[in-house]
Amino acid sequence: MKMDMTVVILFLLIVILTLVITYFAAKRTQTTGDFYTAGGGLTGWQNGLAIAGDYLSAASFLGIAGAIALNGFDGFFYSIGFLIAYLVVLFLVAEPLRNLGKYTLADMINARFDAKKVRGAAALSTITIVLFYMIAQLVGAGALIQLLFGIDYWIAVLIVGVMMTIYVLFGGMIATSWVQITKAVLLMAGMVIISFLVLLKYNFNISTMFTEVKTVTSHGADFLKPGLKYTEPLGTISLMIALVLGTAGLPHILMRFFTVKDARTARSSVITATWTIGIFYILTLFLGFGAAAFVGHSDILAANPGGNMAAPLLAKAIGGDILFAFISAVAFATILAVVAGLVLSGASAFAHDLYGQIMKKGKATDRQQMLAARYAALAVSIFSIILALFAQTLNVAFLVSLAFCIAASANLPIILYTVYWKKFNTAGAITAMLSGLLSALILVSISPSVFSPVEGAALFVGDPLFPLANPALVSVPLGFLGGYIGTILSKEQDPVRYAEVKVKANTGYRES
Amino acid sequence: MSGQLDKQERTMPKVDYVKVAKSPQFKKLMQDRKRFILPLTIFFFVFYFMLPILTSYTTFLNTPVFGDISWVWIFAFSQFVMTWVLCTIYVKKASSFDEQADQIIADQIEKGGKAS
Repeated sequence: MKMDMTVVILFLLIVILTLVITYFAAKRTQTTGDFYTAGGGLTGWQNGLAIAGDYLSAASFLGIAGAIALNGFDGFFYSIGFLIAYLVVLFLVAEPLRNLGKYTLADMINARFDAKKVRGAAALSTITIVLFYMIAQLVGAGALIQLLFGIDYWIAVLIVGVMMTIYVLFGGMIATSWVQITKAVLLMAGMVIISFLVLLKYNFNISTMFTEVKTVTSHGADFLKPGLKYTEPLGTISLMIALVLGTAGLPHILMRFFTVKDARTARSSVITATWTIGIFYILTLFLGFGAAAFVGHSDILAANPGGNMAAPLLAKAIGGDILFAFISAVAFATILAVVAGLVLSGASAFAHDLYGQIMKKGKATDRQQMLAARYAALAVSIFSIILALFAQTLNVAFLVSLAFCIAASANLPIILYTVYWKKFNTAGAITAMLSGLLSALILVSISPSVFSPVEGAALFVGDPLFPLANPALVSVPLGFLGGYIGTILSKEQDPVRYAEVKVKANTGYRES
Repeated sequence: MSGQLDKQERTMPKVDYVKVAKSPQFKKLMQDRKRFILPLTIFFFVFYFMLPILTSYTTFLNTPVFGDISWVWIFAFSQFVMTWVLCTIYVKKASSFDEQADQIIADQIEKGGKAS
């Protein structure tokens, strides 16, 4: 695909707009609190849109549209799981998290334990998740921008890498939040326009759309039935577990709840996010069906075997070059907003948890903390860019669902135990974290995602020892079990401290 | 495992949280929350996992409802509706929890619950 002037202009507009945001954000970033959490000053709807902007990655936008276009109903499973996850966030996690934590997940857990080992374990799992998610995003971004703009992979990765570094380094959470809000608005606009045009073709009759889509793909009527892609019941259920439980443990999403002033605002931001994300995922259906009908399987597959070009190609087919340019620019903004959020949460685990709290025992000055945060952001960015450059030829698409699986297995058990289980103790916290993290990593490394007898289908050629591509079905229970066993084997208990955590988590009281 | 050795220094809390936690007001809040959140959480998990379980082990969801739209799509869309409905119910209910929480802070912590 050749470089088109409209694409270049819109692309530059997004770069300029986000740099202007960063310029104003940099002036307002004075303290460490500003850097990590925008000073806790976002309103509910701002944070809600920012959550949507942080969450709706290129994998959601392009990946799900492609998955539905190629696999029909089975692609829609992702949309459902990714949305219902917000009920877990709203009902069980968001408010206690906001009431107990300051900057990171480890802060929240340490509201109960004050143990370096627990903080270290929490930081380790945050960094692991961020790294996997980041490589998946950057490799995907490189490939995508290469396709959209016709530039080399390494230049594409560098552009995204440099942009995310600038946002976070200078504008911290304020810049990141506003980039995410801008992206959310652009993305929703793009989704609505394409869906409108697709529906227009069917005279706004959804029933007609279903009837006609049956005839346009090689799958025929099976396109509308589950089972085209996910044929193993346990594999499907395992994936659904990772999707619904993972979100509530993703560090970059959890971090967003510290950017508002209290639990009530955290709640209202989940509501805004859930409506936005829900509408988005409903619309993925129109994109998927539209792409199947107006682009066609062979053209989608020819552009990209993973189906990632389905949405941009659909934009071109029904809206011409202008809409194609706009959707490409939206895809670019989408990538930038997600990776910026990842850099920031990775940096907070290094600079706040490992340096500020463990090495400096919480006694670093604000200036030192800020400096550490910026160095950490730079280091996380450079390290991920280098990894992404080396990973170009690897099939890393599974890393996104792996990140969800680790978040569900390592982070969610410890969050729930910390808030809701009286007997939980430091030993249990460490065993919960490590058993979840290690079981997810080990099982994936021997799964069909990593070993496939077909060359190129996975990282290595060989027979997988573990049958499920996503091990959540086994690793999530192991995370909970690890925490339970660790807790009952250790005699240590602190009911006084739990009373404090319980009162604070449920009332939002803070000692001033 | 010794959780004591690596504990960080921490100032003693100014509030007697055990007393607050044992107060009838706080116990009522915890009970109300549990009664509200637990059944709904179980409900949405069951509703959600019914979808992959039914599509994996049965085929009756493929029965058409309107034209070519079959039950599986209706079930999938109802997941969205359920999410929005539960969100709305939660917000309504949570404002009564907020009132209880404010009352606990006023009665138990700011007035009576301070450790002497």
